[in-house]
Amino acid sequence: MATRSSSTGGGSGRTGPVMLLVGTRKGAFIYRSDAARKKWRVEGPHFLGNIVNHLVLDPRDGRTLLLAAKTGHLGPTVFRSLDGGRNWKEAKQPPVFRKAKDGEEGRTVQSVFWLSPAHTSEPDAWYAGTAPAGMFRSRDGGASWEEVVGFNDGLYPKIKDKVGEVPDGSLLHSILVDPRNARHLYIGISSGGTFESADHGETWHPLNRGVEASFLPEKNPEYGHDPHLMALHPLNPDRVYQQNHCGIYRLDRPALEWQRIGRSMPSEVGDIGFPVVLHPRDPDCVWVFPMDGTEVWPRTSPDGKPAVYRTRDGGQSWQRQDRGLPAEQAWWTVKRQAFCADTDESVGLYFGTTSGEIWASTDAGENWSRIAAHLPHIYTVTAAPDL
Amino acid sequence: MRVVLPSPLFSYTGGQKELDCAGETVAQLLDALESRFAGMRHRIVDEQGRIRPHIRFFVNADGINRLDHRLHADDEVIIVAALSGG
Repeated sequence: MATRSSSTGGGSGRTGPVMLLVGTRKGAFIYRSDAARKKWRVEGPHFLGNIVNHLVLDPRDGRTLLLAAKTGHLGPTVFRSLDGGRNWKEAKQPPVFRKAKDGEEGRTVQSVFWLSPAHTSEPDAWYAGTAPAGMFRSRDGGASWEEVVGFNDGLYPKIKDKVGEVPDGSLLHSILVDPRNARHLYIGISSGGTFESADHGETWHPLNRGVEASFLPEKNPEYGHDPHLMALHPLNPDRVYQQNHCGIYRLDRPALEWQRIGRSMPSEVGDIGFPVVLHPRDPDCVWVFPMDGTEVWPRTSPDGKPAVYRTRDGGQSWQRQDRGLPAEQAWWTVKRQAFCADTDESVGLYFGTTSGEIWASTDAGENWSRIAAHLPHIYTVTAAPDL
Repeated sequence: MRVVLPSPLFSYTGGQKELDCAGETVAQLLDALESRFAGMRHRIVDEQGRIRPHIRFFVNADGINRLDHRLHADDEVIIVAALSGG
């Protein structure tokens, strides 16, 4: 494997071609780079016309892809590829809630919103989060799905009074697996809050202390918050970041109280947004993409001037990174699954916009260039080594 | 009976729009379709047995909204993907 020296990467990363897995409101696309990550070729569209909420490569085998899809007419499902996207097969049992008993109000999965590979010790296991908020597990590589009963029938009925409908429904996302312990899980519900399980999802407890919820009447509710995205650092799994509807937060376990690190963002930009992206090797370094959360919540780049913000000290200070991005009149934003990093020595960053553009940086956000345009509204961009 | 399918389901039938199938009720017809085209039923009827919002069933041109609607061998069942917008 080749190496390059870099002042932007934090050292000891791989180099080489990258694959970007892109899901949009109208289908999926796969972009593959050359070794320098300068030239890109596109494969697709796959599933043209399908709403693709998430498209994820299994890092445990480097070839299995799962894709969460639905169409305007048809119900939600999951497609699997065992050869890097060349051939696809629909799950024989997609995520569904149990059939309601007589007199009971049954729930219906409206969309599969989130896909997470499970722990490395569970090589064929995956988790899925749905709208409305539901949690599912596959034990056979995504071919069939069963309910995580501890959430769907355990936690959910207890918290549903404060589970709110964001525009795409109540969403269960950010299913995070502790790399030290397959049974230790975190989830986010938008809105509903952050929850933790120490027993493989059988029981859950809220983990929202310190997080604001300005849209609720209570001052310090136990749950009901609106985490937009959470990320747990693989090299320091006690470090968890959260981009919330009400700011950017950091949690260092075993502490139970989140710290609002977004308070050090420039006041004219604020700390509202959807994504938060980890540096692959430095737990103190993350990137966010602020959006306008003022007054009627335009959900555009603040003042029409898009920028990434980076911290290298765990959120004590932030630096604006906008070189190459439009300087003005750019009224798009970036959804929660649509910003990611690769693991290169000089970290590559990639985001897809609500206006159908993909922007890339091969120097950890210092410089940006547009690598794709004219795509549909982008919901998800994930990066993986193109082996 | 003759069954007419909408284009969003052609990926299950290999492009076939019309086919012959059997069932004493719409639910049984869907079971028969599912046995031939695995996965199709879930895409048009949800896990609670409700027809999905943008799917319509017509039996001899009459709209029906119940899966226990009784069918006859000479019926024509048309499944329509109705306007979904966007």
